[in-house]
Amino acid sequence: MVKAFVAKSLDDCLNILNQENVKIVAGGTDMLIQNRTHSGIAIGFKTDVLYVSLVDELKHITEDKSNIYIGATCSLEQILENNLVPKILRDSILEMASPAIRHTATLAGNIGNASPAGDSLVCLYLLDAKLEIKSINSTRYQLLKDFILGVRKIDLAKNEMITKIIIPKINFDLVYFRKVGPRLSDAISKLSFAGALRMENNLVKDIRFAFGAVNIFVVRRREIEEKLIGIDKKTIKDMSDEIIGYYSEFIKPIDDQRSNKLYRKEVCSNLIKEFLEKI
Amino acid sequence: MAKIKFTLNNEVVEIDKDLNMRLLDVLRNDFNLTGPKEGCGEGECGACAVLLNHEIVNSCCTPLANVMDKEIITIEGFSITERYRIIKEAFAKTGGVQCGFCTPGMIIATESLLNKNPHPNDFEIKIGLSGNLCRCTGYNLIIEAVKEAAKAGEGLW
Repeated sequence: MVKAFVAKSLDDCLNILNQENVKIVAGGTDMLIQNRTHSGIAIGFKTDVLYVSLVDELKHITEDKSNIYIGATCSLEQILENNLVPKILRDSILEMASPAIRHTATLAGNIGNASPAGDSLVCLYLLDAKLEIKSINSTRYQLLKDFILGVRKIDLAKNEMITKIIIPKINFDLVYFRKVGPRLSDAISKLSFAGALRMENNLVKDIRFAFGAVNIFVVRRREIEEKLIGIDKKTIKDMSDEIIGYYSEFIKPIDDQRSNKLYRKEVCSNLIKEFLEKI
Repeated sequence: MAKIKFTLNNEVVEIDKDLNMRLLDVLRNDFNLTGPKEGCGEGECGACAVLLNHEIVNSCCTPLANVMDKEIITIEGFSITERYRIIKEAFAKTGGVQCGFCTPGMIIATESLLNKNPHPNDFEIKIGLSGNLCRCTGYNLIIEAVKEAAKAGEGLW
């Protein structure tokens, strides 16, 4: 029988992580399903588990001059209701799961799960989110895009845990998020798209595009975004075909039970157009 | 196995149990509370919904460990309240119940929503009920039931 450790403080977490070989469980809304067996018997975890959801010191959302800090055990609903959190991230969370799941699921869990269809990841990549990662004797900071190494693969040592999600404060003039799924709630994305724009003197100062569920990683290409800086408002609105062309080689969806690659690719193009039309 | 204490339907309970059990199984098998039901078993249907610290959660995706020192209310515990009476009557009046399998979860979702937002608009009601599936009514009657409950129970939430 696998053991269950229950942490009530961050110190508990880090000590247990240092001594035991455990998998971290926060809300458990994904982990329980991934390890589901039969009714009436314990969840079929393959290793011992460390429950962290009772750690109150990680349940805070704070800010300083440059960043918003979201504690790792904050529930998605708590994040959704907090006005410090950038609107585009709250837009994506509103379309994640359902209230019942959002009351226990965490953003750190969605990150740790590292699914290419993870709904929050698209906006977090767009916002250049960083993670605070702690072990018993160290604290390190890492960009989310470097933390996710592949499908369900993350750069986290056995004795480490995500303690905060750090989101730089940026005032965009336009943000746009769209999830395409069969049902508003409790649906895994066929694909998702996030766009953001900041203008200065009628010229593009910062423009960002991120696509989810169309490649192993969330697709965000800085070299394409940089090409578009300095373009005036009228010109950028008319550049959809060109921009779709730039992203074409990176949008490599697959056929699966949720959708097919032709549909996904076509919808990505339409969402680029829709975003540009809103400028 | 480990001892775990929590409040269940307004009573403090303690049980010696594997903390990796799902809350749903513990409620049904150890406490004989069969109001929460297993529908999909993966957090999509809401038939297993209960209130955790007065917010809706799916007991099929809640490990027992996560309810330590928390307050759980199932439909059985909720059914002794005036709020329940109002919601029940609203569901009956509008025809929001047919086979009844989803109804405990729908009522828990209604309570969780109205507790936070006593005057929800149609969109907010749809979001509030979005994790609960009903295969009979087509939802419109349930949405009507929530509106009716909010009206009839004015001041209760």
